[in-house]
Amino acid sequence: MRPTDTRNPEYFHKVVDCQYACPAHTPVPEYIRLIARQRYTEAYLVNWESNVFPGILGRTCDRPCEPACRRGRVEPEPVAICRLKRVAADNKGDISPWLPDIPATKNGKRIALIGAGPAALTVARDLMPLGYTIHLYDENPKAGGFMRSQIPSFRLPESVLDEEVDRILDMGVDALLSQRVESLRSLLEKDYDAVFVGTGAPRGRDLDLPGREQAGANVHIGINWLANVAFEHTAKIGKRVVVLGGGNTAMDCCRTARRLGGEEVTITVRSSYEAMKASPWEKEDAQREGIPFLPDHTPLEFVIEEGRLVGMRFDRVESVYDENGKRSLVSTGEEPVFVAADDVLVAVGQEVAFPWIEDDCGIEFDRWNQPVVDKATFQSTNERVFFGGDAAFGPENVITAVAHGHQAAVSIDLFLTGRDMLADRPAPGTHLFSTKMGIHEWSYDSAVTPDERFDVPHLDNATALKDRKAEVELGFDTEIGFAEAQRCLNCDVQTVFFDSKCIECDSCVDICPTNCITFTDNGDEDDLRKRLMAPADDRNQALYVSDSLAQTGRVMVKDENVCLHCGLCAERCPTAAWDMQQYMYSVTKAAPIIKIDATAIGLPSVAARAAKA
Amino acid sequence: MSYIKPQFRHPQLPANERGFTRTAYEGLISTLCAGCGHDSISAAIIQACWELSLEPHRIAKVSGIGCSSKSPTYFLNKSHGFNSVHGRMPSVATGAYAANHELTYIGVSGDGDSASIGMGQFAHVVRRNINMLYMVENNGCYGLTKGQDSATADEGSKSRTGQINPFENIDLVGVALEIGATFVARSFSGDKQQLVPLIKAAIAHRGFALIDVISPCVTFNNHHGSTKSYDYTREHVQAGNIVDFVPSETEITANYEEGASHNVALHDGSRLNLVKTTTDYDPGDRRNAIAALQDSRANNQILTGLIYIDPEEPDFHQMMKIANTPLNKIEMSTLCPGTSTLTDINQSLK
Repeated sequence: MRPTDTRNPEYFHKVVDCQYACPAHTPVPEYIRLIARQRYTEAYLVNWESNVFPGILGRTCDRPCEPACRRGRVEPEPVAICRLKRVAADNKGDISPWLPDIPATKNGKRIALIGAGPAALTVARDLMPLGYTIHLYDENPKAGGFMRSQIPSFRLPESVLDEEVDRILDMGVDALLSQRVESLRSLLEKDYDAVFVGTGAPRGRDLDLPGREQAGANVHIGINWLANVAFEHTAKIGKRVVVLGGGNTAMDCCRTARRLGGEEVTITVRSSYEAMKASPWEKEDAQREGIPFLPDHTPLEFVIEEGRLVGMRFDRVESVYDENGKRSLVSTGEEPVFVAADDVLVAVGQEVAFPWIEDDCGIEFDRWNQPVVDKATFQSTNERVFFGGDAAFGPENVITAVAHGHQAAVSIDLFLTGRDMLADRPAPGTHLFSTKMGIHEWSYDSAVTPDERFDVPHLDNATALKDRKAEVELGFDTEIGFAEAQRCLNCDVQTVFFDSKCIECDSCVDICPTNCITFTDNGDEDDLRKRLMAPADDRNQALYVSDSLAQTGRVMVKDENVCLHCGLCAERCPTAAWDMQQYMYSVTKAAPIIKIDATAIGLPSVAARAAKA
Repeated sequence: MSYIKPQFRHPQLPANERGFTRTAYEGLISTLCAGCGHDSISAAIIQACWELSLEPHRIAKVSGIGCSSKSPTYFLNKSHGFNSVHGRMPSVATGAYAANHELTYIGVSGDGDSASIGMGQFAHVVRRNINMLYMVENNGCYGLTKGQDSATADEGSKSRTGQINPFENIDLVGVALEIGATFVARSFSGDKQQLVPLIKAAIAHRGFALIDVISPCVTFNNHHGSTKSYDYTREHVQAGNIVDFVPSETEITANYEEGASHNVALHDGSRLNLVKTTTDYDPGDRRNAIAALQDSRANNQILTGLIYIDPEEPDFHQMMKIANTPLNKIEMSTLCPGTSTLTDINQSLK
């Protein structure tokens, strides 16, 4: 293999599995270390700069980082990254001194954002410091989008949501709430310099089954029903409730129903329990509240008696997978199952809907009715109109919407200042610096704690089910927060190898607890992977290969897969051929977000560098 | 500085025949200098014991004093151990072996411990053919006392302070060959491909097995002018042969050219497949081995590999006709039959 080019910013970025997996590339190990040092404000700021909604995401994120966490490859459970984020948010101090200054004199450019969800709010936050005038339209009386209408208060308290949404509105965004945009054409005629569409995926799917019409008002579309609950248009539901669907919306529906008078609430899903789309922890939370799951049940009909919905009938099915992994549901041939219900909540998916975009607005749609949007710039076929969040490429999650928002904001700024959105796009910020403090001493806690993942405390069911707004997950206190933070392996502290210094004494090979390092004759990747100290079959994890070494002509090969980043290779190296160097990777933003030169008050790393940039 | 090794290991570590991963053979984290050759030797011992599927609790580690003799703390943490007086490890090993010949004995010593203060002990443990692996972790200097030249430092070698060593060196390989050792090898801490099979062969060999391992001292003897540094050793190594250790139950599958390899059957049924490299001699012939060693030395080279082996020579236990049952398994009444038996013996001698 050719020597690894560690100057490629993506190489070390990929080693930080959690950050790499995060759509917004939040520097996870950096803020976890700050939490361990009880520097919650700084930990919050590192998050806020990157993902805009740390308090919200610390409760509701889909957590793509956690399955990626390296810790999950050396023991069963990853670091509780999401819950640590909440520790930072819950314990932070006053962050106002760090917030960016908003120019009093505007730059004369006006931007309309349609839909006040996470994507548009991110665009607003990133562009306000540059002096843009921003009009934020939303049909609801309060901003927040689906974070407000679809995530129940028992998972996300209104105060947390308000704080982080208002922080952006308070930058001077013109929030045009309770104003549904009915026509893109008329909006474009208002001479906005750019328009950002962040309207999400607002159309919940219905189920056209026999009896649907007669069942009428007792069948509710899940996301609409949740919004009605959130905005307090709905306060009650029948005693017996059937929820159709196996995703997170279904989990929110059933748990909300339990709080609104539903006594026998049942989840029915066509797939197997394992294949359900809901996050594992959301399934657990629903089950903890005594909600039974009926997997492998395909709805057949709404059962109507005397003109009234009395329940649903289901066919028992089995999931059968063909050789391509494609699933089909095959009836078991058993008698249909009847489940009694006063109300049915349909949570079987949602999709984008643009009835308000006229054909002559210059916006092309593909055959799935998705707008044609550039994946890098988020620009549509109308150069003035940008898309982001679920509206751009279909339903995802909050953190993806934030990631889109950052990139759309960069594009809009480049576009409105006459620069090329690709050629002039700034590269991500990267920085690699030694953590060496002295002989065998590092500026991070290199020792690897053997603690297993800590459980988070929950409100007891009796109290929780009485109050729709009572938060169920109570979060880690600062002590457990510290202990959980110490489980982080600091994967952003890279093992950097300098082949010219190596004397091939094998000390790093001998000490490495997970046998990551091998000195051997070079070969191609397939060959090398077979000749290492320990199995190296995960090809998603890179091999770090050095140049030929002076004494024997062999190469150093390090399998990044289960490296504990414990620093022992560097401690046992007599010539400092290994060094533990922290790698910072910061996604390009339209403007510096953290205001002051934070290094002056000891605020490290990302926030500081972003402020300096 | 880290003083505890993380608990986590590679999740797919292979297990040996006894179901153990290498972890079962590890020791505490080393406190030797970073880059010390001794740590590589410890790792080679761990690897060899794992590959041989030895039971850690059936191994006894014995050592004397010195950097080398500290190292048994850093491997085989679940084995027996005795850290003895300077240079006196051979006496302890002899006693232990006499009392219980069923354990595997691994002696770890250094150039000071064996070639200076323990020279007399070394000579006699060789002659007595104690069944043990005797590792000399040879760095040519006294690392614990700031790196003075040891008795194995080559004549003309320069110390770190710039002094040229005026004295002739003691080559323990040569001494061992001269006084009847039955397994003599030399290796280099930086070459585990050679060292691990040699350790396995030495453990399988019934009798005294010396491996003199050049083990550079990175702190005091790894500079230009030293003849025990990493780069000097790598430049001057002359591998006499490549040893392939074949356990007793395995068929020889490696296919070497006719005449290029030489098989040695060991007492426990395992075999050594010796592939000749640069020197063409039979490691079963002591005079040839001595000549090869001298030739190599004359050419300023360091002869490594298995230099001499005699798998047939009876070991100490057989020579002394010691009871086959280890002392700890003999009933007290048999071991110590009492006053009347003693009186009977005394009477019979009158």
